[in-house]
Amino acid sequence: MSTGRTLRRVLRNPLGGLSAALLLLIVAAVLLAPVIASQDPGASSLSEAFAGPSGDHPLGMDSAGRDILARILYGGRTTLGGALLALAIALALGVPTGLVAGYRGGRFDSAANWTVNLVMALPAMVVLLASRAILGPDVHVLMIVLGVLVAPSFFRLVRGIVANVRGELYVDAAKVSGLSDTRIIARHVLTVVRGPIIIQVALVAGIAIALQAGLEFLGVGSGSTATWGAMLNEAFQNIQRAPRLILWPGLALGLTNCALVLLAGAVRDALEDQTPRPARRRRARPAPEPAESADSAAPRAALLSVRGLTVAYARPDGTDKEVVHGVDLDVRPGEILGLVGESGSGKTQTAFSVLGLLPEGGRVTRGSITVNGRETAGLRERDHRALRGRTLAYVPQEPMSNLDPAFTIGSQLMEPVRHHLGLGRKEAADKARELLHLVEIPDPDRTLRLYPHEISGGMAQRVLIAGAMSCDPELLIADEPTTALDVRVQAEVLDLLRRLRDERGLGVLLVTHNLGVVADVCDRVAVMNAGRIVETGTTEQILGSPRDPYTRTLLAAVLDDAPARAPWQPREARTVTA
Amino acid sequence: MKKTPADAAPSDATAPDALLDVRDLRVRFPGKGWRAPETEVLEGVGLFVRPGETLGLVGESGSGKSTIGRAVLGLVPVRSGSITFHGERIEHADPRRRRALSRDLQVIFQDPYTSLNPSRTIGDTLAEPLIGQGTGAREARGRVAGLLERVHLPSDAAGRLPREFSGGQRQRVAIARALALRPRLVICDEPVSALDLTTQRTVLDLLLEIQRETGVSYLFVSHDLAVVRFMSHRVSVIHRGEIVETGDAATVTSEPRHDYTRTLLLASPVADVAGQRRRRAAAGAGV
Amino acid sequence: MLNFIARRIAAGAVLLVVISFLSYLLLSVPHIDVGRQLLGESASQSAIDAKNASLGLDEPVLRQYANWFAHAVRGDLGTSWFTSEDVGQAVGNRLPVTASLMLGVTAVTTVLAFLLGVWAGVRRGAADRFVQVLGVVGYALPGFLLTLVLVLVFAVRLRWFPAIGYTGFTDSPSGWLSTITLPVLSLSVASVAGVSQQVRGAVIDALRQDYVRTLRARGLPASRIVFKHVLRNASAPALSVLGMQFVGLLGGAVLVEQIFGLPGIGSMTVTYTARGDIPVIMALVMLTVVGVVLINLLVDILIGWLNPKARVA
Repeated sequence: MSTGRTLRRVLRNPLGGLSAALLLLIVAAVLLAPVIASQDPGASSLSEAFAGPSGDHPLGMDSAGRDILARILYGGRTTLGGALLALAIALALGVPTGLVAGYRGGRFDSAANWTVNLVMALPAMVVLLASRAILGPDVHVLMIVLGVLVAPSFFRLVRGIVANVRGELYVDAAKVSGLSDTRIIARHVLTVVRGPIIIQVALVAGIAIALQAGLEFLGVGSGSTATWGAMLNEAFQNIQRAPRLILWPGLALGLTNCALVLLAGAVRDALEDQTPRPARRRRARPAPEPAESADSAAPRAALLSVRGLTVAYARPDGTDKEVVHGVDLDVRPGEILGLVGESGSGKTQTAFSVLGLLPEGGRVTRGSITVNGRETAGLRERDHRALRGRTLAYVPQEPMSNLDPAFTIGSQLMEPVRHHLGLGRKEAADKARELLHLVEIPDPDRTLRLYPHEISGGMAQRVLIAGAMSCDPELLIADEPTTALDVRVQAEVLDLLRRLRDERGLGVLLVTHNLGVVADVCDRVAVMNAGRIVETGTTEQILGSPRDPYTRTLLAAVLDDAPARAPWQPREARTVTA
Repeated sequence: MKKTPADAAPSDATAPDALLDVRDLRVRFPGKGWRAPETEVLEGVGLFVRPGETLGLVGESGSGKSTIGRAVLGLVPVRSGSITFHGERIEHADPRRRRALSRDLQVIFQDPYTSLNPSRTIGDTLAEPLIGQGTGAREARGRVAGLLERVHLPSDAAGRLPREFSGGQRQRVAIARALALRPRLVICDEPVSALDLTTQRTVLDLLLEIQRETGVSYLFVSHDLAVVRFMSHRVSVIHRGEIVETGDAATVTSEPRHDYTRTLLLASPVADVAGQRRRRAAAGAGV
Repeated sequence: MLNFIARRIAAGAVLLVVISFLSYLLLSVPHIDVGRQLLGESASQSAIDAKNASLGLDEPVLRQYANWFAHAVRGDLGTSWFTSEDVGQAVGNRLPVTASLMLGVTAVTTVLAFLLGVWAGVRRGAADRFVQVLGVVGYALPGFLLTLVLVLVFAVRLRWFPAIGYTGFTDSPSGWLSTITLPVLSLSVASVAGVSQQVRGAVIDALRQDYVRTLRARGLPASRIVFKHVLRNASAPALSVLGMQFVGLLGGAVLVEQIFGLPGIGSMTVTYTARGDIPVIMALVMLTVVGVVLINLLVDILIGWLNPKARVA
C-alpha cells in the first residue's frame, strides 16, 4: 500500500488523528519552550514554594519555588531528546543487522542471534544503573546505552519479517529475473518492513521515555537539569505535603506515552485492515425460511435430504452475500454421493451447512436439511452438537492441521468415545485400538502413543477417518479427503471409504474437484457451479453422457483421454519461427 | 527398487545438441538442529532437455522433483555433479553470472498467489526482469503491454494489483514474467496444480502455443501423470531422489517398464467409471 | 529431556562466565579511586595506596578478575568495599523481599492474564475491547508513574496500606501481606496488560485452527474444546512472553522497591552501583543472570511439556 494512503488512513482513524495531533502539540510546545515559558526553569524564589496557579505561573510553583510550566517545557527537551537519541541508536544498530541476518541467514545470523539473546538477558534498569556508575551521570551516554539495550527489539522484528519474505516465491522469482540482492531488498523487502518498523518506533519511544524518566526519578540522571522524571521524584519527596505536584509531570509523561501507543495501534490498523472484515455484531439469527423450491420432484432420501438450501455471509455494511442459491441433494444409507465443483462453487459451504459448522458470519438463510427425517436447518447449537459425532461425522482435507499437535493420537481418539458413549479410560483405549484396526493402521498400540507430527500425512488421514467413525455415525461428510495426498495413498484412502460404505452401510457426502476420484468411489454425482447444482445423476450417467453444458466443459478439460505428446522433432520449433 | 542397467540407460544417455544437460546431480539439505545428519534429496540425477523440447518430470511429494528445477536455477546449492546449460557449466555460477543467465533461464512457480508480490502492480512485476537486465524504466513499461497481450490479458491489467485477479490470470502474469527476456529454457514447477480443471487446460494450451511460436524449452515438473503426458515430448519419473525411468511420453505413461511407474499410473484415477474399474482391478492384481 | 536440561544449564554457565568477565572489565575501566573514597579527602596518598593494595586494586584487571572468579566458584562472593559486609550474606538477606515481590507478581499475572485473555479471545466484543484498552493503558503508563498514583490513593489518601516499609513473612504474615500488596499490585498492572494481550492473540489464533472445527464436528462441547485444546495450544506462546516479562520485572522492582522503601535487591542495586562497589555489583549481576537463565529454562521445559512438537530431542 502506498505511504500516502496509509497516512490518510491513520489520520482518519479518530484515535490515530487525535494522538498524532497531541504528539505534534507536545513536540511543538517543547521546542518553543523559550517562547511559551516566561520564566527560567532553574530560577527559584523560595518564598513562593508550593504556590498555587497564578497569572504569572499558570501551573503553580514547586517545592523550591520554581515555575512548573517552565520546568515541564524545558524538561521535555531533555526527556524527549534523550528518547530520540536512544531510538536513533537502536534503529541504527537493529535494522541493518536484522536485514542482513534475515536475508543472508547462516553464520552471521547465528552470531547476531547469540548476541541479541545475551543483551536481552540483561535487565535494562540494572545495566543502566551500572553504566551510570561506570560512565558517569551524563544523560546522553545513558541514552546511548539504552539504545543498545533496546536495539534487539528492532533486530528481532526486522529479522523475522525479512526471513519470512525471503522464503516467498516472489523473491525467488526476482532472483531468477536477475535482480541483485540490493535491488531485491529495496523492491520487495523494505516495503514490507517499513510499516512494522514505524509501529515499533512508537512503542520503543514510549519505553525509552519511561526508562529515562525512571532513571531520573531514581536520581540517577543529569543532576540538576529539569526533566519529567526528576520532577516526579521531587513530587514524590513531597507527596504528603503537596500531592498535586505529581499531576503535571505525570500528565506529560502519561499523555506522551499514551499518544505513542495509540498512534502505533492506528498505524497497525491502517496497514492490516486492507480487506474489510465482516461485521462482528451479534445479530439475532432468524430461523431459515422454508425453501422456495421445496416441491422438488425427487422424493426425499431417508438419511440426508437437502432442499432449496441457501447460504449467505454477512457483509461489513450489514447486507448479506448469498453464496449458495437453492441446493437440493440426497444421500441414502450405503451410498457415496460426489459433490463436484471448482473453487468458489459453494460445495464446501453446502457440506458445512449440513454439519452446522459454517465459518463465522455465514448462515443458512433458506431451505431445509433433514437427517434421518429430522429437520436440522436452524437447529440450536446444542441440539446440532448432539447430532455431530454420533450421527454426522466429518473428514477434512488437510490431515496434519486437523489433528491437535499437543495431544497423542490415542488421546484424540478416546476423547469422543468417552464423551459420547461414556466409556471409561480402559474401554476407551480398547475402542481406540479397534478404530485404528478398522482403518488398517499396522501396530495400533504404538500409533496410539504417537503425536501427530510423528506420523505421515496418509496415516494422519486414516486417524482422522478413525476419529470420524468412533461413535459409529450414519453419514460421513468428507471435504476433499484425498486432495492433499499422493496418488498411491489416495487410492488406499478411497479403498477404505468404499469398504466402510459396503460393510457398515455408511452414507458419504464426498466433496471433491477430482473427477477421477468420483469415477473411483461415487455411486451418484451432483455437479455444482456458482452456488447451484447444475446436474445430478448416477456416476455413469454424469461422466458418460452429461446433459448440462457446464458438466461437459468440465469433462472436456480432463486430460485422461488426451493423446500423449508426440516425440520431439529437431526442426519443430525452427520451421515455425522461420 | 534399484534401477536396472536397462532402465538407467536412457536417463544417463546424453544428446550432443542438448540445451540443458544435468549429470549425476546430488543435492543435500542440512538436517534440523546442530550436527544433525544431512538429508540427501537428489542422489545422482541425470537428464537433458533439447531446444524446443519439453521434458516432463513426474514424482510424488518429497521425491526431489522440484529440487532439480531449483538447482538448475541456482536457488539451492549443488553438492556434486554437473549442470551444463548451452555449453556452459553453471552449477557453481557466481551471482554476477547468475544474473546474466536469467536472460536465458526462467521459471514459473506453482503457487500464483505467493509468486507475485501482493503490493506491487502487475506492470511493476512484469518490468522486473527487464530492469534486472538494465533496460530503462520507460522502455520496460512500454514492453509490458506486449507481454500482457502475449498471454491474452487486457492491457489495463498493468496498473492493477495481483489480488484483483483470479488464480488462472495470475498464472498468466507469471508466464508473461518468465517470457519477458525471451528465455531459451523455462522451468515450470507444478504450474497448474493450484488451478481449477478448466483453468488448468487453458494455461497448458497457452504454454504449448508459446512453445510452438518461440521454440522455448520447458522442464515441466508435476505430480500429475495426465498433465505431464499431455505437455511433454519425453517423461522422466523420479522416486526418492533418483530417476527410475525416462522415455517418450506415450511409452512411459501407457507401457511403463519400471514397477514404481506402473504403481503410480494404476493409482491415478481416470474420470471414466469402466476405465477406472479396470485400473483398480489391475492395481489390485499387480500389488 | 535430561540431556536438554543439562545442555541448557551448560549454555547458561557459559553465558554467566562471559557476562561476569565483560562486567568486571567494564566496571574496572573508570578509575574511581576507591581508596580515596573510603578514607576521605584528607587521607594521605600512602594510606590510600595501602588501602587499594589491600583490596587487590593494584593488580592487573585480569588478575583481579581471576581472583574474583576463583572465589566466586567456591561460593565466596567477597566483602563489600564500603560496608565490609559479606556480599553473599547481604544479598541473601535481601533476596526474600524481592522474591516475594516477583512471585506475587508472577502469580497475579498468570491467573489474571489467562482469565482475561481467554475471556477476550473467546467472547470477543466488549470483553475484547476491555482487554485491549487495558493493554494500551498498561503499556503506555510508565510503571513508576502508576505506582505513584497508587501510593497517592491507597496509602496517602485512603491509608489502607503503609506507604513505606517491609515486614518479613516469618515475623508477621498479615504485616507481610499489607506491606507487599501495593508493590505487587503496581508491578502487576503492566505485566497483566502485556500477557493478557498475548493470551488473547494466542487464543484467537488457536480457535482459527482446523483441528478446532474437527473437534466441533465430533460433537464435543465448546467449553471442553476451549479449556482442553485451545488453552493448551495457546499457553506456549503466552508462557514465552511471561518469561520475557520477568526480565522486565527485575527493572521494575528497582523502582518499586525504591518507592516503597523495601529492603530488597532492587534498592540495593541503586545504592551500591552508585558507589562503584564492585564485589556487590558483580554479585547482583550474577544473581540476575542466573535468575533469567533459570526462568528461561523453566519456560522452555513448560513449553516442551505443553507442545510436544517443540520438544528438543
